[in-house]
Amino acid sequence: MFDSLSGRLERLGASLRSRGRLSDADLDEALAEVRSALLEADVELSVVRAFLEAVAERVRGENVAQSLTPGQHVIKAVHEQLVEVLGGSALKVTYASRPPTVVLLAGLQGAGKTTTAAKLAAWFKAQGRQPYLVGTDLQRPAAVEQLRVLGGQIGVDVYSEATDPVAVARTGVAEAMRLGRDVVIIDTAGRLAIDEALMAEVRAISAATAPHYTFLVIDAVTGQDAVHTARSFHESLELSGIVVTKLDYDARGGAVLSARGVVGRPVVFASTGEKIADFDLFHPDRMASRILGMGDILSLIEQAERSMDPEAMAESAQRMMTGAFTLDDFMAQLNQIRKMGSLGGLMRLMPGMTKEMREAAKNVDDGQLNKIEAIIHSMTRHERRDPGIIDGSRRSRIAKGSGSSVSAVNQLLKQFDQMKKMMKQMGGGAMPQMPGPMGKMAQMAARGAAARGDSLPPGFEALASGMRSGAASPAPSGGAKGKKKKGGRVTPPKQR
Amino acid sequence: MIVVWIVLALVVVLALVLVLAARNRRRSRVATTPPPRAAMPEVLVTEVAPRPEIDDGPGLDRRLASSRSIFDRVRSITSVGTLTKEQLDVVEEVLLRSDVGVSTTTALLDELRANGAPEGVASAIRQTLVSSFGADRSVRTSADEGRVPVWLFVGVNGVGKTTTIGKLAWHETQAGRTVVLAAGDTFRAAAADQLQLWADRTGADIVRAGEGADPGSVIHDALGRAQARHADLVLADTAGRRANSTNLLDELAKIRRVADRGPGQVVETFMVLDATTGQNALSQAREFLTAAQVTGIVLTKLDGTARGGIVVAIERELGIPVKFVGVGERAKDLLAFEPTEFVDSLLSA
Repeated sequence: MFDSLSGRLERLGASLRSRGRLSDADLDEALAEVRSALLEADVELSVVRAFLEAVAERVRGENVAQSLTPGQHVIKAVHEQLVEVLGGSALKVTYASRPPTVVLLAGLQGAGKTTTAAKLAAWFKAQGRQPYLVGTDLQRPAAVEQLRVLGGQIGVDVYSEATDPVAVARTGVAEAMRLGRDVVIIDTAGRLAIDEALMAEVRAISAATAPHYTFLVIDAVTGQDAVHTARSFHESLELSGIVVTKLDYDARGGAVLSARGVVGRPVVFASTGEKIADFDLFHPDRMASRILGMGDILSLIEQAERSMDPEAMAESAQRMMTGAFTLDDFMAQLNQIRKMGSLGGLMRLMPGMTKEMREAAKNVDDGQLNKIEAIIHSMTRHERRDPGIIDGSRRSRIAKGSGSSVSAVNQLLKQFDQMKKMMKQMGGGAMPQMPGPMGKMAQMAARGAAARGDSLPPGFEALASGMRSGAASPAPSGGAKGKKKKGGRVTPPKQR
Repeated sequence: MIVVWIVLALVVVLALVLVLAARNRRRSRVATTPPPRAAMPEVLVTEVAPRPEIDDGPGLDRRLASSRSIFDRVRSITSVGTLTKEQLDVVEEVLLRSDVGVSTTTALLDELRANGAPEGVASAIRQTLVSSFGADRSVRTSADEGRVPVWLFVGVNGVGKTTTIGKLAWHETQAGRTVVLAAGDTFRAAAADQLQLWADRTGADIVRAGEGADPGSVIHDALGRAQARHADLVLADTAGRRANSTNLLDELAKIRRVADRGPGQVVETFMVLDATTGQNALSQAREFLTAAQVTGIVLTKLDGTARGGIVVAIERELGIPVKFVGVGERAKDLLAFEPTEFVDSLLSA
């Protein structure tokens, strides 16, 4: 997401840094760049205007005595404004004192409401709640069927009957109460914001069930219309937040900014893939650093902790450090990672990724993993434990057995070997001299992990270390620590 | 094999992170026992409320009438000849708000600047836009002798592929053709059920398989059935897929090859596109064009407030014509695309 915006700012930064004083004309030129970057990212025109005004204000209002180049002023201001628009007030999901907590999902056709309902139910379940799904989409053929199948997959009961949506919603909530479920998620039919009859219907559902949360489900690739939709639904339903879906589409995600900017309600959840697990709370601050290409190690860790067996993971990590890591361990870890969600999605969270790696990561998926798996499975147990014994004839046997080529087998073995050496280094000392981006990633990961939980705002540690290691970094930060203000808003580091 | 590297890197970094996380702070142990699986709920058959027959649905006309303020501003520019900066700004805003996109808007404005407005600004803009839609938009319904024509439907998730197929099945059966539907979306839960309902409504034949089945084999079976029954047309559904994954696109290319083999001949590959989509639509079109040789666009959900202006960019840059538009829920709300009408609605933003 926002790939091109970050790239734009990077280029913009390069041209501005080379200049002396920032004249009004320079500022206009810079803002014009920002404007078209935002528009290309599908940010709505009026939101763009407001954004640019705010940026200009920040730039002009800035104390010029600071030892910043004029160009850095602009970039810093853009960054700050981004954080403010994306962040602001975050919504913390709390539960009703008298259960069930009722969550209503609404949105246009095809935004992903039914899938989101199931993912949300799975999320609540992972929080230790007992969710209940109510399907009121009696409009789209087989929508309830879809919800039932998904409900079956995640082990959450689904209520629906072929009466009318308002009655289904009311009975559904009553049913949840009777069954002692503490969260009810109501899926509704997709509707156009200008369809008066259907908007009246969803208002009636809302009135009948008095939801604690009403979420607008919005597609991340939505264009200029995002604002229209968000505003209309907000006027009708009094939204408490937004759920953004399909963030894995490489949308630059302007819809997030648009909707956020117009209804002033936070984006609460984000869905980043087809799997049930590709769904989590939306973290504006992390997103802001992701926008700037800094990765999102915190989300990665959380995802790991949620779906991995921590003891098994720690054990094999120990084996890594001592150099006893085998291809069997590697397979085991691979399977653990697969449980976390789509690899492409995970890779996007990795910090320190170069553009090429990002491109490659987009295409990583199960098919290619299967190939690797096939190669390893084609080895004997002995070979997996001690890859050193794999000679030429073994190689060609493995290649044949796995339907790949000898060079693929060679590459896998070579890279595994390199990796093993690095891991041993890591185990031996502090941060190893790992070559290239790997080292950078590991450093960031380590800092990210260290920063977690304490006062440093997430992302900014990674940002700071990114500044140290990456000269081409687009970040506006000068490398010092960020500081956290009261109320949770984050001010980027002082420049130097 | 950069994949190997990536996977290894991921493994290493994750392991490292977990170790550090364990060292740095006390860990609250998350219960790792999987939640007990509830038995699959008994499958219900169908639950479809009677479709609301809204006679005067929010269609293009109504929208045209509802908000034409900016277009009025464009129209009110009565001057003839060169356009002023202010006039161009108004035009720019209209285009940007319609999702036409920055680069296409710039190109259109350049054309306007170069050509001036000999017959008034409004008509100049209309002409420039209409001339963007120059491609051939005829729809092929016949295949070579002895082969079954196939229409293949591709697109990202949630754009309305299955619904579009249902509507086209209605149109084609109304036109007296025998149609076989291939439920090639074996990924989304209940997608085949959704198509089944359309088959029941329209009297079309349907070939389906269980969830997770190979879509290629579903389409292959549909071709066999179509040939055996001398059907006139096969409409083949595919699972929605993001357009930035080589593997998903490869899979699509394979599906297309299967559909284009033996008795089958793919005569149209429609990319279904949601009118609310912004600039991402262009890269969707580019990727699907390469992977599945898209021959036409079906622009859905035009009855909302979205303009779907990105199709201007798609047709200008990639030469893919829009062939159908969806303007409502009913089967007859799927219409052949009319450039002039579309341009008028675009300018009513």
